Amino acid sequence: MIEFFNRLFGHKSSSATAKERLRLVLLSDHLALAPNLVDDLKRELVDVISRYVEVDRENIELNFQQREKVIAMFANVPIVSMHPATRANGANRTTKRANDASKRPRRRRKRSANTATNAPIAETPNPVATTPAPAT
Amino acid sequence: MSARRIVFTSGKGGVGKTTTTVNVGAALAKRGARVVLVDADIGLRNLDLVLGLEKRIVFDLVEVAEGRCQLRQALIRDKRFESLYMLPAAQTRDKEAVSEEQMAAMIEELAQSADYVLIDSPAGIEHGFKNAVAGAKEAIIVTIPEVSAIRDADRVIGKLIAKGIPVRLIINRIRPEMVRSGDMLSIEDVCEILSAELIGIIPDDEDVIDTTNRGEPLVLDDSKRLASMYGKIARRLQGEIVPFSDLNSRGFFDRLFAGLKAG
Amino acid sequence: MMQELKLQEEPLSTPVARGRGTAIVVTSGKGGVGKTTTVANLGTALAQRGHDVVLVDADVGLRNLDIVLGLENRVKHHLLDVLEEQASLDDALVADKHSPQLRLLASAQTREKDDVDTQKMRALIESLAQRFDYVLIDCPAGIERGFQNAIAGADEAIVVCTPEVSAVRDVDRVVGLLGNRFRPRLIVNRVRPELVAKGKMLSVDDVNSILRLPLLGVIADEPQVLIASNRGEPLALDGSSKAGAAYRAIAARLRGDDVAMPDVTVARPGFIKKLSAFFGGRR
Repeated sequence: MIEFFNRLFGHKSSSATAKERLRLVLLSDHLALAPNLVDDLKRELVDVISRYVEVDRENIELNFQQREKVIAMFANVPIVSMHPATRANGANRTTKRANDASKRPRRRRKRSANTATNAPIAETPNPVATTPAPAT
Repeated sequence: MSARRIVFTSGKGGVGKTTTTVNVGAALAKRGARVVLVDADIGLRNLDLVLGLEKRIVFDLVEVAEGRCQLRQALIRDKRFESLYMLPAAQTRDKEAVSEEQMAAMIEELAQSADYVLIDSPAGIEHGFKNAVAGAKEAIIVTIPEVSAIRDADRVIGKLIAKGIPVRLIINRIRPEMVRSGDMLSIEDVCEILSAELIGIIPDDEDVIDTTNRGEPLVLDDSKRLASMYGKIARRLQGEIVPFSDLNSRGFFDRLFAGLKAG
Repeated sequence: MMQELKLQEEPLSTPVARGRGTAIVVTSGKGGVGKTTTVANLGTALAQRGHDVVLVDADVGLRNLDIVLGLENRVKHHLLDVLEEQASLDDALVADKHSPQLRLLASAQTREKDDVDTQKMRALIESLAQRFDYVLIDCPAGIERGFQNAIAGADEAIVVCTPEVSAVRDVDRVVGLLGNRFRPRLIVNRVRPELVAKGKMLSVDDVNSILRLPLLGVIADEPQVLIASNRGEPLALDGSSKAGAAYRAIAARLRGDDVAMPDVTVARPGFIKKLSAFFGGRR
């Protein structure tokens, strides 16, 4: 009853707060514990992008950050050039040169549903690149 | 057929692992099962204290592992039950005194002449935990509806799943009035967050501390309401389908208040 | 009958002339007695009174100090990153949400306690003590490597105990392990006076008749403790909470203020005799 009134007047019960915090922190913890999953994700993402544009694989950054109530994945993928085949198809596109690309890295933000928790893919507070391999 | 080997663990300390191991073991023994309780908390043993058998310890688990005595010499029989035995931990050693292989071998040997071997794990996820899990084929996670405990339980569940050990959950210290007022996570909340199969719920009860002080397992007294709740866990372990008590039910609360008034 | 409980009279934590602060480890042996909550609340109370405080979570693998403080989303680098020189201390220290002079050095969630180099830990605590008035170290449960790492570099120790036989037994063991280097002070947590009165729980006197330590404080259990942990808002900030007031009083005593100890429970001579007999003499 009390919880009903709290919700009605916009006060969240402390248990609802706890549940929300736990959901996010466990998502973070799971991601931190699964760098292999993240590596696979990164590799496959880059493979897909590479079908359309040529990318600088050495300088790709992938990390997860918390925004408000959601954890989102941020990917920074420097684009080197258009593929010749793609260039032929997209007649009016100009080729991006390596130096131009490095001055203006393209940032793509991606969200996708995580089936286990029905939440967007979680972010770890630590950038993935520096997360050490977990000890299981 | 050899025994079922179940480790009781939690990650977080102080959530009631030892009390739960003792009472579930005692409930199984009351139902005629041959039960052995193993204290895997070397250096900070407490299973003996909660059972009230602390004065009868002669040998311990480490001495068995080092070959200084036979396993059966270290086992202490709880005479209040038909067939309940305890293997104590060492108090003055540390958790590295025994290896995972040695633990697994001891559990294997115990399993030959029992129906249930219940292992009380220490807190944490280090050597002590690894030793406790070494001989186990099943795990029961004991947790409370509190943020740090659930976070730790989640970590431990991850480790157990990685080892291929099936996990079930007991939620301890539930206070229905606090759940209703939104001040405590509900049973449903905890199960949802941990995605584990529930095997028992135990409400907060003033008799728990009292009985651990005295070294008298709760299940010895059928009039104690927790005795029936531990009994239900035992029955579920034995394969029976037992509905969970509705902690909010009027009957339940009447008994609760009656108990409090009686003091 | 109300009884006066002995006060800790000498202030044990006066910073040294050069400005070096004091490093205090909070330990217990037994898990779940309230070490982390105590560290969070003492740190908050001291910072609220104007001291520069850093809290160090030494529980590698099962970190919780961050979540008790509500800072779980702000941790970018952790203790092991600093010890292994993957990150600077300044990058790792998280500013508290509620107390401007409070910082957190979080633990690593995905590493193990054996990964910590005890010597480096000692050096880190020393360098923190140079920068802060108080360094409070949250010790993990147990008495193994995690415990050793947490006490490395500490100047003083506080032990937290609840009024239950297993907790008293574990604390007793830890006090023995702390040895001659420390003279630990005691906080008794989760006291439920109504249960003590019914004879269903040990009293503070029962506990301390066995441990015989200088008493730093007593905290009674109340629903606000759980609510505070649900929200990630330390109780010491809550003016209406008795437990919060108890933590603030303990912080005052740590600073050397003379604060009377409220009597929370009543002594029960019969039980004390029984327990003393069980524990025998001093360890």
